[in-house]
Amino acid sequence: MSPDPLPARRAVRAPRGLLVLAAVGLALFVVPLIGLLARAPWSRLGSLITSPVVVDALRLSLISSAAAAALAVALGLPLAWVLARLEFRGRAVVRGLVTLPLVLPPVVGGAALLLAFGRRGLIGEPLYEATGLLLPYSIWGVILANAFVATPFLVITVEGALRHLDPRYEGAAATLGARRWRVFTRVTLPLIAPSLAAGTALAWARALGEFGATITFAGNLPGQTQTMPLAVFIALQHDRDIAVALSLVLVAVSLAVLIALRDRWWGRW
Amino acid sequence: MTVKGIATLALAALSLLAPACAGSAEGDTLAVFAAASLTDSFEALAAAFEAGHPGVTVTLNFAASSALREQILAGAPADVFASASADDMNRLAAAGALAGGPRVFARNRMVIAVPAGNPAGVTGLADFADPGRLIGLCAEEIPCGRYAREALASAGVTPSPDSLEPDVRALLNKIAAGELDAGIVYATDVAAAEGTVGTIALPAAHAVVASYPIAALAASPRADLAAAFVAFVLSPQAQVLLATSGFEAP
Repeated sequence: MSPDPLPARRAVRAPRGLLVLAAVGLALFVVPLIGLLARAPWSRLGSLITSPVVVDALRLSLISSAAAAALAVALGLPLAWVLARLEFRGRAVVRGLVTLPLVLPPVVGGAALLLAFGRRGLIGEPLYEATGLLLPYSIWGVILANAFVATPFLVITVEGALRHLDPRYEGAAATLGARRWRVFTRVTLPLIAPSLAAGTALAWARALGEFGATITFAGNLPGQTQTMPLAVFIALQHDRDIAVALSLVLVAVSLAVLIALRDRWWGRW
Repeated sequence: MTVKGIATLALAALSLLAPACAGSAEGDTLAVFAAASLTDSFEALAAAFEAGHPGVTVTLNFAASSALREQILAGAPADVFASASADDMNRLAAAGALAGGPRVFARNRMVIAVPAGNPAGVTGLADFADPGRLIGLCAEEIPCGRYAREALASAGVTPSPDSLEPDVRALLNKIAAGELDAGIVYATDVAAAEGTVGTIALPAAHAVVASYPIAALAASPRADLAAAFVAFVLSPQAQVLLATSGFEAP
């Protein structure tokens, strides 16, 4: 910890009730983690986490969650901009639709995806008849399911940042002759970069943990569609040790990525 | 709202939860954990049992037998366990979790299920090796997956599945929706799916029949009621209900 350079800041004394509740809140997250660590099959851990099932699931999870995060940026950033900047009728409805996956049980999302993009789905059937392309049972299905549940996290984060942006910066750039696209890329984007990074990290994290929509829409096959959460769920049915080992890997990877991202993008708080 | 106010609210919320937990110990609610393939028949059985025992409510928890086994071993508040495999029941017996010896109350035959009209023209177990067809199986870790592999192995077929579903009803739903071309499920599941799936019987040489054992659990605080439910499932009245769902006599 470096000393605070601002003399105006003084040490904050927290109300006791707040501290107690904060401690209970922390315990809520930490106690289950301790449970995992306490039950971990340490002696078998090495062989368990290098087994093909775990390696395949981890590879699939990392690829599909990264792809879903990229998709969330590509589609969610424009959506956030439209919601924050354009006045149009039905905006509240659009915002509700975009954030629906936040409250929808993921299994429902998966079933809806299947009805839309499955082999007998609204879009899936003509797509399959015309091209032979099938989204379920492939990594594309996993990525789509992940993006479905993860994108809203990016949209709400970035939309909030755009709304709090002082419009005079963009106005000044426009006055100086910058075209709309240039204003967006040179002024707007740099100003919302921290929120965009935070939203991307949130979307990625949600995608990494995705279970319900994935197993319902993309199915479950080791090496093809079985991501880490699916592997954990299946392992829980026959060998708790494998499930705990898989969970530890997932926890370690998530923590490592979140900590690395925080240092790189968000700086120190 | 003040911090004190929030804390009071939190405490109030906790105290609301407490009686809900205590309520389950009063003895009028029986928790039955049953294999996913028993979903329809046990809903009917529970209703019949409640009708014969006024004041008693039966709550049903359906999942893959292996998942239920793990839940029970982890201390889930179950009074009765009805399994789709002897293996899962035996593991509970070995752990000392059963109140009495398990009794087989039904048998179930494995069949090939296809979407209505059999659009992919599936004819038998050999088609399960065809990578061009969309094949679903239950995951190997759960009973219906083990039985399916038993049938395939006896026919010398190495399957090329596209998805390993977490329970038999999930598999059946994907077949009924036409998202899979074929899968191996219990005969009773096809009966429950009424017309949305077609069925192909396994040849006698590769037939696999699942045994369903039931037992009261040692940790149940309602031993008498649990034993009464087990006796009921073995009774002629219950056997008639099971037979209408497509189960075979033990």
